[in-house]
Amino acid sequence: MTDQDEDEADAFFHALADRTRRDILRRVLRGEHSVTALAASYDMSFAAVQKHVAVLERAGLVTKRRHGREQLASGDVTAVRSVASMLDELEAIWRGRIDSIDALIQEDSPPCP
Amino acid sequence: MPVTHITKDLDARSLTITAQFAAPIERVWQVYADPRQLERVWGPPMYPATVVEHDLTPGGRVHYLMTGPDGDQVFGLWDVLSVDAPNSFRFEDFFADADFTRNLDLAVTHCTFAFTSIDGGTRAVYTSTFDSAEALQQVLDMGMEEGATLATNQIDALLAAG
Repeated sequence: MTDQDEDEADAFFHALADRTRRDILRRVLRGEHSVTALAASYDMSFAAVQKHVAVLERAGLVTKRRHGREQLASGDVTAVRSVASMLDELEAIWRGRIDSIDALIQEDSPPCP
Repeated sequence: MPVTHITKDLDARSLTITAQFAAPIERVWQVYADPRQLERVWGPPMYPATVVEHDLTPGGRVHYLMTGPDGDQVFGLWDVLSVDAPNSFRFEDFFADADFTRNLDLAVTHCTFAFTSIDGGTRAVYTSTFDSAEALQQVLDMGMEEGATLATNQIDALLAAG
């Protein structure tokens, strides 16, 4: 790994080393949230939540945009999980499903003597 | 092994999985036409499905719920788009509220299931397509121990990038 990779890894793990930041990341991965709405979900100041969002942003896990007075944060799914790795997971689910179909169909035929 | 082929299209976010079953096409179709059989093959092992409404006709709906190990329930429904028994059908798979209203904030999966008679049985081709990476993630995370999956995948991603 290069120094730059090591720096990115530091930022990545630092960002995820905090329970509140992981929780924020889960919320914004499911859809865009205003920082105000996020702050309302935690028992801490707006500034503290804003700081957590900034740490996630620096790690490349969250992107922010302005909308009027609001700052809107969304999770970067591809930074967290690649489409390729997710399709691999889906393949595993489907393989399980196809095994179930096969087992169900096999029930019809009496076992070979 | 019944699975014979896998195609993944990263740009279109779609998975096509081809399988062969040692049974006539009508028997394979029955798995989907019969709600009691469908529920045995739809939910993941930890989240068995119960089909509560089943109308596999164009414009019809299939309502199901999946029950997790802690008794938590996830509701889903199919909007059936087209049916050509016993050859194929297309549907959109939605997350739903407990009263089976479509949850439009969550992912929709576009599904095409097609069956062909072949020597010795039936070839089945299952295609699932997602509108976005977020949608794909929502489907995978259904009922998952959030932290555990997220953490595992993050580490995988990091190792892959390194």
